[in-house]
This record gives sequence, C-alpha cells and structure tokens, in this order.
Amino acid sequence: MLSRTADNLYWLSRYVERAEYLARILDATQRLSALPLAYVGTSNEWESAVATAGCAHAFFKLYDEANEANVTDFLAFSTANSSSIRSCFELARGNARAVRTALTMEMWDAINGTWLELQRYGNGPTSREEFSRFLRWVQESSLRFDGSAYRTMLRNDAYWFSRLGVYVERADNTARILDVKYHLLLPENERVGGPLDYFQWAAILRSVSALTAYHWVYRESLKPWLVADLLILRDEMPRSLSSCYEAIVRNLNSIAGAYGRQGSTQRQARGIRTRLQNSRMDGIFQRGLHEFIGEFIVENNRLGASITEQFLT
Amino acid sequence: MVTAFDEMKGHNGGVRPAYGELARWLAEVPPDVLDYRRREAELIFRRIGITFAVYGEAEAQERLIPFDVIPRIMAGAEWRLLEKGLTQRVNALNAFIKDIYGAREILRAGLVPDDLVFRNPAFRPEMSGQSVPHDIYVHVAGIDIVRVDAETFYVLEDNARTPSGVSYMLENREIMMRLFPELFSRHRIAPVENYPDELLATLKSVAPSAASRDPNVVLLTPGVFNSAYYEHSFLADKLGVELVEGRDLFVKDEVVYMRTTQGPQRVDVIYRRIDDDFLDPLTFRPDSALGVPGLMSASGAGNVTLANAVGTGIADDKAIYSFMPEIVKFYLGEEPLLKTVPTWRCREEEHLAYVLDHLPELVVKEVHGSGGYGMLIGPAASKVGIEQFRAKLKTTPKNFIAQPTLALSTCPTCIEQGVAPRHVDLRPFVLTGRDGVRIVPGGLTRVALKEGSLVVNSSQGGGTKDTWVLDG
Repeated sequence: MLSRTADNLYWLSRYVERAEYLARILDATQRLSALPLAYVGTSNEWESAVATAGCAHAFFKLYDEANEANVTDFLAFSTANSSSIRSCFELARGNARAVRTALTMEMWDAINGTWLELQRYGNGPTSREEFSRFLRWVQESSLRFDGSAYRTMLRNDAYWFSRLGVYVERADNTARILDVKYHLLLPENERVGGPLDYFQWAAILRSVSALTAYHWVYRESLKPWLVADLLILRDEMPRSLSSCYEAIVRNLNSIAGAYGRQGSTQRQARGIRTRLQNSRMDGIFQRGLHEFIGEFIVENNRLGASITEQFLT
Repeated sequence: MVTAFDEMKGHNGGVRPAYGELARWLAEVPPDVLDYRRREAELIFRRIGITFAVYGEAEAQERLIPFDVIPRIMAGAEWRLLEKGLTQRVNALNAFIKDIYGAREILRAGLVPDDLVFRNPAFRPEMSGQSVPHDIYVHVAGIDIVRVDAETFYVLEDNARTPSGVSYMLENREIMMRLFPELFSRHRIAPVENYPDELLATLKSVAPSAASRDPNVVLLTPGVFNSAYYEHSFLADKLGVELVEGRDLFVKDEVVYMRTTQGPQRVDVIYRRIDDDFLDPLTFRPDSALGVPGLMSASGAGNVTLANAVGTGIADDKAIYSFMPEIVKFYLGEEPLLKTVPTWRCREEEHLAYVLDHLPELVVKEVHGSGGYGMLIGPAASKVGIEQFRAKLKTTPKNFIAQPTLALSTCPTCIEQGVAPRHVDLRPFVLTGRDGVRIVPGGLTRVALKEGSLVVNSSQGGGTKDTWVLDG
C-alpha cells in the first residue's frame, strides 16, 4: 500500500485514541477536584491534568495558572492546542478524508459522524452536566471508531498499521500518567501519604479505565505498587505497557509476514517487549520507577520514529 | 423567448410515453412524501460526505450539490441516437488531436486557422511529434448535451481534459434506488453501476505495450483541497486502484514509481485528475507542488500512459468548437449526428459586429472558460450588465464567442411550492480504449433550480438529477 495511506491510517488511530485518553483524564480530574481538600491534599489537580496530557509547555505559554475553566477549555475545545480533543477529532477526520478509500464505510461513518457532531458543541458546553455528557460522548465515539475498525476492516497491512497507531499512542498515554504520578505509586508512599492518596490512586486507575479491573485482578484494596504493576507489567490489562507491546509486536509480525521481510522496527519492538516480560515490580522500584518510565517513553517514541522511517515515508 | 420543450409534457401538454409511469406516480404521491424523501436524500449525501468546494467562497468549504429526487427519463430509442452521435463526436475529437500534434493535415487543408491552434494556451508544443500509446488522447470525455425538441440534440461543449461529475451519476442512482424502490419496480432502467468496471477496462487497455499483463493503474489527484476530491477518492475506491498525490510518485530512469510500505512499485497508467499545467514542474509550471518531476519524460519515453493525454484541452476551446462540423466531416467522412450550436467568433470582424448588434438575444462565453463563470446571457441580463459586457468584448474580442440563446428543454423538478419545470442539460461520459468506445447509458443531468435560469453549473446554484434510460 501507499506509504502516505499507511501514515494517515496510523495517525488517524493515534488521534482518536488520544482524544479518548484526554476525555478520561478530564473525567478523573473532575472527580478529584470535587472531593474535599482533606481527601486529596492541596495539590492542584488541574495543573497535573495538563502535565498528564503532555502539553504543560504549550499551556503555560497561554495561562499563568491552571484552573478548571482554562484547563477544560484547553484540553477539550481549544483550537490553539493541537492536541485538544477538538483538534484530535479534526485531524482524525482530515486524515480519514485523505484516505477514504482505505477505510470501510463504517469507519468513515464513525469518524465523519463524530466530526459533524463535534460542530454542535461549538465553543464548549455551558454546564458541568453537559460537559460530563460531552466526555462520555468522546469515549463512545472512540469506542465506535475502534469497534468499527476491528469489526469491518480486512486483516491486511492497512489494518495492522491502524492498530499500530492505537497501541503506540496508548503505551505513550499510560506511560505519561505514570510519569506524572509516579511519586504517588512508590511503596514508601503508603506510609508517607497513607489513605490521603487513596483517591489519587483511584483517579489514576480511572483514567485508564482500570478501577474495576484492579479489584478483579488483585482482590485487594488499592495498594500503590499493585497499581503500578497493573499499569506496567500485567498482560491481561489492555492499557498496560506490557499489553500494548504484546499487540505492537504481534501487528509488526503480521506486517513482516505479509511483506516477507523483517526490519529494525520489528527487532526494536521485540526488545522492549522482552524487557517488560523479564521485569518484576520490586526490581523496577529498586532501579527507580521514574527512570524506568522516562526510559520507556523515550524508547516508545523511538519505535514510533522507526515505524515512520521503515514504512511510512 | 420561445417556450421550452418539456421532456415530460412535450410542446402541447400531453404526457410523452417515457414519462407515463412517472406522471401517474407524481399525481398520486402526496407532496409531503416528496419533501420528506428530498430531506432524507440530503442527509445521506451529507453523511457519506459527497461535497464539493466552490472556489471563492471561504465559509462554504464543503457544500452539497442540491439533488432533485425527480428523475429525468429518456426512451431507449432516444438514447441510441445520442449514443451514435457521441461515439462519432469523440472519434472525431481523438482524430483531430492526433492530427494537431502530428501531421497537421487539417491545418494544411485550411479548414481550421493555424493561429487558433498555435496561439491557444491549451496547445502543448511539447506534445508535437510525440506519439501516445495506441494513438488515444481522450480516454474520458464529458460531452455536454442540450435538447431543444423531441429530435434535436446540440453539443454545448466538449470536455476533453479532466471532466468531472461521474460520481454524482453513480451516487444519484444509488440514492434513488434506496429512496424510491416503488418507482424502480414500475420501470426497466438501464444500469450505470458498471461504469467503474468499464473505466478500468479502458485504462488497462491503453497501458504501454511493454507493461505487464496486469498493468498498475493509479488515480492522480491534486489532493483533499481540490473541489472534486470526493469524486477522486470515490472513483479510486470503485476502481480498486491507489489514489495517489504527486508526492507519492517519483520518476527514475524515465520510469514512474509509487512509494509504498514495501518500497517503490512501478506505475503503468495514470488516470490523472490534475491539469496539464501542474503535472510536471520540470516541463510546465515550475512552482507546481502537485505534480511529479520528470513525468513528461517518462510518458515521452512510452513508459507510462497518461489518461487523458497532455494537450487535449485544445478541443475544449469554444472557438475550435465552432469548427466541429468540419472536423467530423474531415476525419470521418460523415455528416455530424449531433448538432453544433451556431457560433460567432468575436475574433472575426463581421462576427463581432453582429454580436455587438444583437447582445440582448445572445449568450456570450469566454473561449477558455468553464464552470459557467464569466458569461453573459443576453435575454436574462440587465441593461447595465449588457453594457459592461460590451466594453469587455470590445477590449478583447478574441477571448469571446457568442451563440443564440437556446431554449433548453425542461423536466419536472421539486421546488418549494411543489413540482415545476426547470431547464436541464446532460453530460454523458464517453470512454475510449484500445478496443473502442464505451458509454454507460445516461450520464449526469444538471438542472437549473432557479425559475427561468439557463445556467446549470453547480458553482452557480445548479442541482443534479438521476438520469434514466428506459427499455425500448
């Protein structure tokens, strides 16, 4: 297939995935900020949301401080932010339009319908209720697009490149949450922060939609190192780094199989996957959770660049 | 102005046979049903994203072409007449263009003036003495036809460059079948859905002889910002070929390749929807970022087929158009089956004098114009409008031709107050491959939605209709 087509599909998936992630962050932050201060400490949740979205730099160019109004606008509706939910959907639809022929009717319908619906929200909802509905709608739109891709696409390179986009983006998102919140997940924190951090841990899980999953996997109340374990190493948790890399390796293998050629991208992905498989949480804590996550983000970006270089240009 | 011929009611008010069922149906269907279906159709169009852009209208980036739900109907016998005429016309166009870039016999015979060809901006000197695969230049032609009475069809213009609109012909039929199954069960209508297959067969048939048995065909688009982008992606999809932009292609050793996820892949036939000027910055406009550097050298070397060939725009010229009766006779030795509208070429003194004297009754068009821009419709124009045009005409007479105002036929059309006659034209799409001419029955009917208006162009408020060719 055309490199440009593959590139468009890959980024189309990334944008939709990112929009959903932003909606989850905003949802979790809204919940946290609604709790009495005694439950969450004094940290500014809205500032942390901007950091988790990975756009603190762009944000503080425009604003001096983070509050509900400006963060909500910046992350959800701003056209000045190229990674706002609105921008993500606009870009996704632009990409979709450029590769209409590579999409199934259902996928086009999902993304074009989302884009049309987005126009109705104008400059943003007027009330909290409406904003909550908006966030749910974003998540549903992403689910619909993802589901239509999963259920209607031919299993060929177009599908595999579109899946790669989903998982590379998802791995990046999960890693970013960990990068911003790592201090809450250190084992010694249980003693330091105690129950104060309970709601922070819940918020982290909620932002990767894993709160229920946590209880099913561990059958325990929230423990920071288990939260970290779930998000990093657990294969059965669909947003964990490990699970994302299982999928990245699988899709890259399918491409290599169809093209009859292995490249450096495949080797790189397998390397990351193997390291995740061989890691244990106590080892990661010993070496430093923050360093581990920092390295992962760099490697994941490098893999993205490598995919671009090998296939998409 | 003479009253127009109505395709349903004729000149005298009785219903013509092809429209029998439709007239009965229109009489029994409640008006709100028509209105409801019309809105449903618009919703579907918006949903699938069949939009177009109008140049010069920033806010209306993506607009729908209005779709009229009442079909335009032709009897089989009428169509067969038209089909013969179209085949003849396109054969003559191909012969003419081959001659212009080759032996130039028609110029030596003195039938067409030299400077009309050589000083024409659509003439491509680069093509002189070049041969194209299988001697075919116009693979896809859109011939605009108007009708003035039961027997008489005129060609209004020839579009031999990159005619568009075929996606509307196909989508209009799909939508009609979805919205009006009961109407389809009452008629036997020739299908149009095979157009993409015919187009693909045509394109493959003209691949360079050295190409593999299954030549690689691509569709070259200027990109998403082009007003016809929807059509490009739609056709590529139906053809099952890659939709490429200039940056997806490159030329190495006079061979064209496309960049794929598996490395370079050779391209044999390019169905290009980019104008000549933008095709190859090395040959034409150096500032074009849409084209492919070296493309002309590859096609000159016979390693790739461009469809349509470069330089076919010469046949779109409205001054050349006026010579079509001579052109048909010269190359084919036949009388033209389709009429050419009598045309005054303002470049000629006596013609200009006549035109200036009769402006209120004439249609004046730019020779290189298209899309209904920059024309004067005398009978509909204000006094001031006519005087302004007169000034333009006097400054650059050679840019204009004039024709009598034709009473275009009308068809029943949905309007706000119900159903009323509106003027229509027809653009059939004529395909020419190594193995001959193919025409899918019908074409795109365009309708001027404003009462009395004769301008059917979508950029000027025109709409479209499904076109039915019936059995028998």
